[in-house]
This record gives sequence, structure tokens and C-alpha cells, in this order.
Amino acid sequence: MSTFKFELNREVVIPQLVPNPSDYLMIAGLGGTARDTTRLTNAGSNLYTLGGAMGAAASMGLGLALARPDKKVLVVTGDGELLMSLGTLATIAVLNPPNLSIICVDNGHYGETGYQVSHTGRGVNLEEIAIGAGIKVTATVQDDSQVANGAKVVAHDKDSSFVLLRISTKESSPIKRNLNAADCRIIFRKALLG
Amino acid sequence: MNKTVGTWQEQLWDLLRQNEVEIFGYVPDAGHKHLINQAIADPKVHDVSLTNEMEGIGLCCGANLGGKKAVLLMQSSGVGNTINLLSLVKLGNFPFLTLVTMRGNFGEGNPWQFPMGQGTQAALEAMGVICLPVWTEEDVIPTVEAALTMAFKSGNAVAVLLTQRLIGAKEF
Repeated sequence: MSTFKFELNREVVIPQLVPNPSDYLMIAGLGGTARDTTRLTNAGSNLYTLGGAMGAAASMGLGLALARPDKKVLVVTGDGELLMSLGTLATIAVLNPPNLSIICVDNGHYGETGYQVSHTGRGVNLEEIAIGAGIKVTATVQDDSQVANGAKVVAHDKDSSFVLLRISTKESSPIKRNLNAADCRIIFRKALLG
Repeated sequence: MNKTVGTWQEQLWDLLRQNEVEIFGYVPDAGHKHLINQAIADPKVHDVSLTNEMEGIGLCCGANLGGKKAVLLMQSSGVGNTINLLSLVKLGNFPFLTLVTMRGNFGEGNPWQFPMGQGTQAALEAMGVICLPVWTEEDVIPTVEAALTMAFKSGNAVAVLLTQRLIGAKEF
């Protein structure tokens, strides 16, 4: 088994994995990934971020992907959140919606609660779990040489896909984000549905 | 909904489809067998077998973001798995409809079903979900019709509780 490297800078690599953020409907988990995607989309109306309801991001992306087969859906979630709802990987794999991609931003820690080490920091490999669940197209990105392939996997549109992005514990810089879930819903739906 | 032929289970499927419910999330359950089998057989809808009821909350909310109607089919024991995820429904003002088959209720013979079964309505109500219990066959369709209106026209979270008086208690 390869060594885990938690070295990449999330603020640098996420934009490289998603060079065209406006091409996606995006769901983000809470904490770091909400900040990552707010920055990535410039707080776009194609983004719905969670501030709680931990564990909901991937299943929300699934519902959105099934509802909108005409759009590409991207879920950006953290290792802690995904660990809370691993079964969703199995549910997604069974249905395999081709328009759904997941990026798990894995720093091996629970950042929001004070950087306690998470299971992935103790050896749990979420890409292997995704493969075991049956997700057909996956990648791990933990150094610069893997970024181009990671971007390809994110853009894959024939199957659901999963990218495990290992990053350092360096926090992303502060950014104001919308914590009003109802407001976020209205903005998102208005932009998508008119 | 004027159709009065067929069993209540058949009428329930017709009602949900006439109301353009297109995504059926479920954890397998004997009480929901007809709806689940219909959803699997109908290529016009998505049947989504969930590993855990909490996925159903995300599924339904994601569907709403995409402009589609979803329903979550679960057993009362599964309600306990959804509680914190209902924060999303409540805070986001998401329209939400769930049909809950009750256990630990009228004539239950398995003591393990009582704690969650007896707590189901209180737990849902504590998270802002309006509960509509159904005790008789005649009330199924009018109640689900009402629930569809309350959820998808008025934007509420609504649970229809299909009691064991209606669906029968499993023998133990």
C-alpha cells in the first residue's frame, strides 16, 4: 500500500481539479469544503453549501444528479463528513449516475472541532472504500503529478466518479459564506429553474 | 385524485405518480412493498435503495434543488436515523414528504420495536415535521393527498404515519 501524503494545498489544487466550476451544480459539505467551493465559485448560485446536517452532502448530490440528468453535479466533501455516511458511496455506486462526481478533501483531521486526527489520518483509505463500494472511476491525488489525472476523473461523465484529494492541514483563508440554508436554496433554485 | 378502484396500496402509487413524484428513496420494508415494487418496475421513476434512512433526507432535498419531487419510504425505526439530517429540511425550508410504516404500535409483538415506534411522532415533531397518522384504509388516500399539498404546495415537512391498525402487526 502506498504511503499517505497529506501535503497539497487545498487552495491551489481544488481549482486545478475543477477548472470550469460554472459547468457544475455543486454541493459542499460543512466547514472547509464549504469555504473551498465558495471561493471556487465566487459564491456562485450553482453552489449549495451545508453548515450542519453532517453526512448529507453526498446523498444530496445524488438526489440532484437524478433530478437533473442534463447537468453535471459535483459534491465536495471532507473526510470526516464522508466517514459519517459511507453507505452513500454504496448507494451511488449501485445507481451509477453518470453526471455525479465526488471530491473528498481529506486532511486526515476533523478541522472544525480542533484538528483531532480522523480515521483517514490513521490509515483508512477512502478511495479503496469507494472502489470496494463499486464506484467504477476513482483516483487519489496526493502530489502534483496526480493532479491532471484527478481533473480527468472529476470531469468523467460516463459513470459516477470519485477523487480522494489528500491535502495538508493548512486552513484555507477566511471567506464569507452564506449560512442561511433557505436563502441558499432559493438562490440555487432560481438560478437553475427560473 | 378521483380514482377509487384497486387496493389502497395501488391507489397510493397512482396518487404519487399523478402528483409527479419521480424519486422514491427507501429502505426495504414489508409495509411499503407495493410502492417499492412499482417504483422498481416503472422506468419513468428512480427507485433508490438506501443503506440508511439519513441518505433519504439528502436525496429528497437534492431532488428539490433540481426541481423534482421525491418521497422517502421508511419504517418508524428508520426515523431515528434521520433526526439531525432533518436540520437541513427545517433550516432550508425544504418541502419534504415521507411515508412511515409504524412498528411498536397497535398490536406489536416484538418488544424491540416499542422504544422507537412510540417515540417516532414526538421525534419528528421535535424537528418540525408535521405528522398525519392514518388508522383506516379509507383515510389513506385523503391523508396522502393532504400531505402532498402541505409539502409541495405549502413547503412543509410532512410525515404520513401508516399505523399498525392499518397495515397489521407482524406475527411473533
